[in-house]
Amino acid sequence: MTKKYIGKRIKRSEDPRLLTGEALFVDDVEIPGMLHAAFLRSDYAHAYLKSIDVSAAQAREGVVAVFTAETMGDDWQPGPPLVSPPPTVEDVIFHSRTQVPLVKDKVRHVGEPIAIVIAESRYIAEDAVDDIVVDLEPLDVVVDIEKAMQPDAPLVHDDLDSNLAAHIEQEKGDYAAIREEADLIIKRRIVIDRGAAVAMENRGIVAQWDAKSQRLTVWDTTQAPIAIRNGLAARLDLSEHQVRVIAPFIGGAFGPKMMMFYPEEMLIPWVSIKLDRPIKWIEDRYENFYATTQERGQVHEAEMALTLDGRILGVSDVFLHDSGAYDPYGLTLPLNTQCHMMGPYDIANYYSESKVVFTNKTIVTPVRGAGRPQGIFIVERLLDLAAKELGIDPVEIRKRNLIPPDAFPYEHKIIDQAFAPLIFDSGNYKPVLEKAADMIGYDRFVKDEQPRLRAEGRHVGIGIVPFIETTGVGPYEGARVTVEASGKINVATGVGTQGQGHFTSFAQIVADQLGVDVRDVHLVTGDTAEFHWGTGTFASRGSVVAANAINASAKLVREKILALASKVLEAPEDELELADGVIRVADVPRISISLGELAMLANPLRGAVEPGTEPGLEATAYFGPQYGAIAFGTHAMIVEVDPQTMMIEIKRYVAVEDCGTVINPLIVDGQIHGGVSLGIGNSYYEKLVFDENGQLLNASLMDYLIPTAAEVPRIEIGHEETRSPLNPLGSKGVGEAGAIPVPALFAQAMENALPEYDLEILEAPLSPNRLFELLREKEREL
Amino acid sequence: MKPPPFEYYAPTTVEEALVHLSEHGYDAKALAGGQSLIPTMNFRLAQPSVLVDLNNVSELFYIRPDENGGLRLGAMTRHFQVERSSLVSERTPLIYEAMPKIATPQIRSRGTFGGSIAHADPSAELGAISIALGGRFRLRNQTGERWVPANEFFIGMFTTLLEPDELLVEASFPNMPPRTGWALQEVARRPNDFALVGVAAVVTLDKKNQCQKARIVFLSVGDGPVEAHRAAETLTGQTLTPEIIHAAAETAATADIDPGSDIHASAEYRRHLAGVLTRRALDLAFERAKGRG
Ligand SMILES: Cc1cc2nc3c(=O)[nH]c(=O)nc-3n(C[C@H](O)[C@H](O)[C@H](O)COP(=O)(O)OP(=O)(O)OC[C@H]3O[C@@H](n4cnc5c(N)ncnc54)[C@H](O)[C@@H]3O)c2cc1C
Repeated sequence: MTKKYIGKRIKRSEDPRLLTGEALFVDDVEIPGMLHAAFLRSDYAHAYLKSIDVSAAQAREGVVAVFTAETMGDDWQPGPPLVSPPPTVEDVIFHSRTQVPLVKDKVRHVGEPIAIVIAESRYIAEDAVDDIVVDLEPLDVVVDIEKAMQPDAPLVHDDLDSNLAAHIEQEKGDYAAIREEADLIIKRRIVIDRGAAVAMENRGIVAQWDAKSQRLTVWDTTQAPIAIRNGLAARLDLSEHQVRVIAPFIGGAFGPKMMMFYPEEMLIPWVSIKLDRPIKWIEDRYENFYATTQERGQVHEAEMALTLDGRILGVSDVFLHDSGAYDPYGLTLPLNTQCHMMGPYDIANYYSESKVVFTNKTIVTPVRGAGRPQGIFIVERLLDLAAKELGIDPVEIRKRNLIPPDAFPYEHKIIDQAFAPLIFDSGNYKPVLEKAADMIGYDRFVKDEQPRLRAEGRHVGIGIVPFIETTGVGPYEGARVTVEASGKINVATGVGTQGQGHFTSFAQIVADQLGVDVRDVHLVTGDTAEFHWGTGTFASRGSVVAANAINASAKLVREKILALASKVLEAPEDELELADGVIRVADVPRISISLGELAMLANPLRGAVEPGTEPGLEATAYFGPQYGAIAFGTHAMIVEVDPQTMMIEIKRYVAVEDCGTVINPLIVDGQIHGGVSLGIGNSYYEKLVFDENGQLLNASLMDYLIPTAAEVPRIEIGHEETRSPLNPLGSKGVGEAGAIPVPALFAQAMENALPEYDLEILEAPLSPNRLFELLREKEREL
Repeated sequence: MKPPPFEYYAPTTVEEALVHLSEHGYDAKALAGGQSLIPTMNFRLAQPSVLVDLNNVSELFYIRPDENGGLRLGAMTRHFQVERSSLVSERTPLIYEAMPKIATPQIRSRGTFGGSIAHADPSAELGAISIALGGRFRLRNQTGERWVPANEFFIGMFTTLLEPDELLVEASFPNMPPRTGWALQEVARRPNDFALVGVAAVVTLDKKNQCQKARIVFLSVGDGPVEAHRAAETLTGQTLTPEIIHAAAETAATADIDPGSDIHASAEYRRHLAGVLTRRALDLAFERAKGRG
């Protein structure tokens, strides 16, 4: 394979369609006779459903049907758990409680759907929702995760003894023993709050049951169309081949579109069959704040043991993890946190205990970063406090603890989200840290610039944080590559696409394998009629698992091309050359055949073929890595803060990434930009504020503050490449990396900007209001 | 997020609009830029059964000089028009300076001056500024019109002296005397958000550079614009030394306002910001007043 395209900064081929509004999104699907759905959702966080009267709604003109849990009859069933707990961890406790299509007896969070109205328009459907009379008996509410674990706390699930959803302990080495030998113990309580993913496009589903062909077609903003198809078939008692799920263009997903089955995802297809009509439901922004999953809430009691020269001897941490009202996603998030709490450091002794807690809040499932930013926040905060205590420069203390390059593969011996022991496949951490320090001018800033700015009365701080990202987990993905008679290549893969640039980066791989122009490679993603094996787009795995499956099938096609061309051109395979869509005999270039012609020869219309001949220049292949690939990086930031107003300005932002082989640096840069922007939100802007009744106080984009282009600084990006030995392309994921180190970085830089206050930032996000409180406390102490 | 059904009228004259308003009374709402009204309807927080759209009432779109050196703005003048008007920048530089701080360019392309005043959001810049500049509003109903000074117009959270059958048709601002300085200082979470606290200050100096008159008006610290009378009084007749300004800011933050808490800022933080911003606003207004001798 010649690398003409891999590694090149090629513009995304999908963008012209996206930018000119020509791409198909779920809400663009219009079908004659289509009806619209709206939901009655609970205003209470915790309540018994006493009675419900839908007669007025049903009587409204334009309303076709109203369903409740009761009228669903036997079709009402709780959703299946999406991810079960790891079988490999000893003594793990896990109480599986999954969401229901419509509330039957008890409401467990605000926004939980109670009834669905189907009408001729969304307007009428919403009017009819207001007609429904529902009697809810409010119960005491569980909001705070620490209070949820007190003995007298109200129970989210009445059949359990407590609000404990799960408990998992993991250990490496012997922390208790090493603690005795430590020169310094840093112990703190650290809190990370809940945020939302806020994809630009909310969720949406269109379902069309065709009674004549007995087929169901569903357009769904899902990250996992194949799993949705299989689940729907099982639920609706259909064959998998009667169900086609299409995940068309999606305006961002960031994890929550991976949750299954959302109540709506189950209900809309069910109603379509029931009424024999196409049904559309498009989530509005208000619903999105209550009904789409969220993440990050954790409370940690963490400690780190160190030597006087700043070597980390061990880390120990006990944390509560907010699961919301149900736990369909198993232990993925707490496991991710546990796997990132040692960061990129060589730590021999580790103890971690996680308690997952039910609360009367929206369900928690991964949001870009997915438990990882919390782990990094813990280890980095403890390390910063230790550095301060020991009088060691923050960059220096990190260098002393990084896993050395000759230690890979580095075994962590704890269980990760793929239920396998965590192993760091490859890495070279120090050059990345040094590059970031260099790019931001760390030494110069600390020696010259900062003292000068301080003399001017300005508060400008610097931070630098290295991190790792577990990416590219299994089990597998697949792809089918076909050379068409036109000579153009068609590629079908099962993963959905939500803005990652798959149409371009995947095409680059195929173009290199088959020696064609990248513009001649056409990709189909997320349509189960095109490809129906695979799991989905999550865990930063597309460019590892799907990309390598595509690479493998392209390679098989290449072999088929060469074998057939060798016969046709009467030349040995190793004398053939594949370039510009043509196969040539290398030394006699006039003896050649185009790919298109060869494809036609591979699919004869008359005559006989040899026994065992497969038609076409086509191949399907699968790829499943042995275990996940560990990407890494270092981010650095210079921030100015006005301690009178608490307003901040990020003056510079540097990100150095090592995600193995870079298929397209432009796309990697884009992933980092998006990730950092979420990270900045998680650091300073974005927090879902619930009151003591479980009511969300900022359920609109006016009050839930996402950083806009005006708040996100220019991001200077550096690339390093340490190949992963676990896949032929050598790639690692980068989808979540950008978001991971930012809250830790922001905290470090803010403390550095305000040395006279001797601040300790032990929470994320840190709003200006909280900063004001912290500074006031310090002023009172001083 | 769809509004319930409503009737819709699109009159082309004020006269005609007033007929609809008087006929439907409390059930009707005027529709200006729709940037505040439509979201509240979509949330079903407001459910007017009649909308009287002012967007075709051409007589309400204007920016005019008045003969005494002041300025008149038709109620339907869009924010972006005010933002780009050289007349506004000459005659009411405080308004001019505030415009980019109001929401985003998209919202400013639709939102109107009159809509902002009539909506009476306590966090709106234009209400506070209108008071600081000594502005007046012209209200009309079918039987006639009345002029209301800005500092009497706002009576509570989203509440004004406007009667249901009345329209706000014009805002008028007097000529700014010589040796007058102005400033608007605010802190917002993101530059285009409603401010956590904002303060408008207008200071007029006499020949000896002593403060002849000062007006300090806050936004986002109460049920409407809040004028800091006590602080302003401490400035009258004084040379504006840093100490005097500092003391006035203290007075404003502690004695003139009683801010509330919300998810973005506690009362204590707001009070603190009020002090910091008043100091900065007065410093700047004082500097500018000296420069406009
Ligand atoms: C995201 C966002 C951020 C914003 N940020 C800011 C900000 O930082 N600062 C700020 O000041 N504003 C802000 N706004 C508000 C914006 O300026 C609005 O445009 C303005 O408040 C209302 O003007 P409008 O023309 O859109 O009025 P509309 O929404 O059409 O009407 C508002 C109300 O006023 C009534 N009304 C309108 N015109 C008249 C009239 N002539 N006579 C009688 N009644 C009338 C209507 O009936 C309605 O009740 C923001 C708005 C949004 C959506």
